[in-house]
Amino acid sequence: MSGGVAASGPADERVPSSDAGVPGDARPLADRGVTGGYAAPGENIPIVGGAVRFFDERTGLATFGRNALQKVFPDHWSFLLGEVAAFSFVVLLLTGTFLTLFFRPDTTPTTYAGPYVPLRGATVSSAFDSVMQLSFVVRAGLLMRQIHHWAALIFVAAIVTHLARIFLTGAFRRPREVNWIIGFGLLLLALGEGFSGYSLPDDLLSGTGLRIAYSAALSIPFIGPWFASLFFGGAFPSAGFISRLFVIHVMLLPGALIGGISIHLLIVWLQKHTQYKGPGATEHNVVGLRLWPGQTFRSVGLFFLTVAVIALLGGLFQINPVWEYGPFVPYTAASPAQPDYYIGWLEGLLRMAPGWQVTLFGVTIPEPFVPGVVIPGLLFGGLWAWPFIEARITGDHREHHLLDWPWEAPWRAATGVGIAAIFVVLMLAGANDVIGAWLGIPVETLTVVFRVLVFVFPVVAWFVTYGLARGRLRRGSAPISRPGGIALRRNASGGFEEIHERSAEAIAHRAGEP
Amino acid sequence: MIGPAGLDGRPERDYSGPRVRGLPLTSEEYRAQVIVGALFAVTMVAGFALLVVYLVGGDTQVQGILLTLAFGGLGAGIVVWSQRLLPTRLVTEDRHPLQPEPTAEALATADATREAEAGFARRHLLIGLLFGAFAGLGAALLIPVLSLGPAPGRSLFVTAWRKGSRVVGIDGKPVQASALPIDGVVTVFPEGAVGDAMAQTLLIRVPPDLLRLPADRMAWAPDGYVAYSKVCTHAGCPVGLYRAIEHRLICPCHQSTFDVLDGAIPSFGPAARPLPQLPIQLQPDGTFVALGGFPEPVGPSFWNMTSGGGA
Repeated sequence: MSGGVAASGPADERVPSSDAGVPGDARPLADRGVTGGYAAPGENIPIVGGAVRFFDERTGLATFGRNALQKVFPDHWSFLLGEVAAFSFVVLLLTGTFLTLFFRPDTTPTTYAGPYVPLRGATVSSAFDSVMQLSFVVRAGLLMRQIHHWAALIFVAAIVTHLARIFLTGAFRRPREVNWIIGFGLLLLALGEGFSGYSLPDDLLSGTGLRIAYSAALSIPFIGPWFASLFFGGAFPSAGFISRLFVIHVMLLPGALIGGISIHLLIVWLQKHTQYKGPGATEHNVVGLRLWPGQTFRSVGLFFLTVAVIALLGGLFQINPVWEYGPFVPYTAASPAQPDYYIGWLEGLLRMAPGWQVTLFGVTIPEPFVPGVVIPGLLFGGLWAWPFIEARITGDHREHHLLDWPWEAPWRAATGVGIAAIFVVLMLAGANDVIGAWLGIPVETLTVVFRVLVFVFPVVAWFVTYGLARGRLRRGSAPISRPGGIALRRNASGGFEEIHERSAEAIAHRAGEP
Repeated sequence: MIGPAGLDGRPERDYSGPRVRGLPLTSEEYRAQVIVGALFAVTMVAGFALLVVYLVGGDTQVQGILLTLAFGGLGAGIVVWSQRLLPTRLVTEDRHPLQPEPTAEALATADATREAEAGFARRHLLIGLLFGAFAGLGAALLIPVLSLGPAPGRSLFVTAWRKGSRVVGIDGKPVQASALPIDGVVTVFPEGAVGDAMAQTLLIRVPPDLLRLPADRMAWAPDGYVAYSKVCTHAGCPVGLYRAIEHRLICPCHQSTFDVLDGAIPSFGPAARPLPQLPIQLQPDGTFVALGGFPEPVGPSFWNMTSGGGA
């Protein structure tokens, strides 16, 4: 149906130059729906222009391209968090491809004979051996491995910060619930990527992590044993699981991530960015820099800076030294054992849960089921559905393109910080052995403290945030302004009105500003 | 539409006019050019230096720093360029409704589509059968899924321990009672299954008079030698820590704690059931054999553990 409409669309929307064979488009820019003063790259340049025309004659994409370059992007640092995530993902793809050329997803036992003396003669899996080879023999292999691991940590951190920004500013409201759902799915995929990658080297720590994952799968009522057996290919540790995990890590999840990111960005493109309240910004426009050259330069610059920071971390800060953990041996466990931080909250849940297990009518609900499956499901499910939950609570189903400042919706900010507080306590609880050793407090005491804190701290955080936001809101009657800019004040009906620079009112407001 | 000048409060300079080569630069522009040029030079030098360091077999740290400089110089240069040498004037773009008013043409097409759909929408029986066909296909798709792993069967209920299994150490040699001091602990396996994840067992020697096992299990622990499954009943980690003073086993993963003297009942942490005890017998030659397998499933719990099914 849409094809039919496009084909019969008004002819003047198409670029006549391609039909007429005239170089470039002779009409004024404004007639072509172009609103700015920049010419498309390639125009008036014989070679590039020729290439552009060649493809435009065959695809008709030049008009889209020209319009795209004029697109306006709001100018605020917090809009770059998602870009950092996307750029880390590029680093992951590039370094990951390098790693696949050396990694052997194979658990066949072999004897280590490489240059790392302490492990020489040890029986290790072929997978572990290849990671050792990569780390000690392949030139720049360790650098690539460490950059890959650090990029994964940055990737998840950038996604979470991006998500927090979206949450606190209400950017998920209609029409962007769709992208919240896709974005949250991307976070889950990223966590899966992280965990599967962490588990591939077949070292002692990662093997222990898989053992726990297997037990959590086993705890699912009724289908648990079947599910665990099908997913892991038999009872743990099954010989084929590393190669299965490898396929998941390098094909299934990256494919899903690439697809998801593409749709995520396409929707951002279609819906246009949200923007903060500020001079000239309304619900019906976007104020910012054009894609070309302003935003492109910033994004490309940010890309290289992101790579630079990850390269610095990967080059100077050791991460996941599998040779210190040693190969996976099913009857050995490392202590203290810590997962990557983004799994820490789940580890904390498992650690602090009391040993309660119910058997009713011959059906046992295994202890890990509630902390390992139900509570993560509720936490993530609740966050995932948040746009709809909030719309239900507030009854606000209107479109929003202007963002709230976090304090403008105190209860939302408080809820967001409260949820973050839960995760903070859970992450600390996941490191209770390390913290206990560091503070000289018995782990048992610490666990009890965390069991209390996980309920108390989020509530305290909720009320503190709520109070701070309300306080900020009360002082917020001061005009939103920047030096030399236009001063706006919110009026009773929720709109904005301009305050003239020299009016007594504005001066009074200025004076009242903190 | 170009937004009002100076909307963002930045000092204004008109970049939109035709730039002529050789036009005198302002001093800020000149300074910015020098900075950007210097940053790009950093990338250039660092990139070549990285290649040289690599070729002479340089180490990870130096390569990391050079890589950082290479990317950082380029990134910083481009950012400075965008901030200082490109127009930073904010512009405004109108937002169009996400769902535009349908054109007459689109409405006509929709009508035509509705008409065409009638040949489909009225066939209720066929639509029902179509869903049935999809359900059948779904069932057929289970075939590759079910091939992904063996049926769990009895695998979660039994281990390699049998009646008469000799108790051996990691080296595969029978464990000698005399080799284990009081409060000593050793990881053991049934002969022929050394290293087996499910059969791993801890043999612990405690003062016999301290043991408070259920009466029917006292005979399973000759002379204070008591054997418990090493697989944590919480999440399956090897229970690798033994606090001999308190006679407690602690799992390093989630700190489940088991009282060795009381039959490995969990006294702290998330584990909900005791570590299963292996019945063992001291042989005249000072070695041990198992009197049978574990009386209950080892490792983490699962839903049909007590009903004993084994799907």
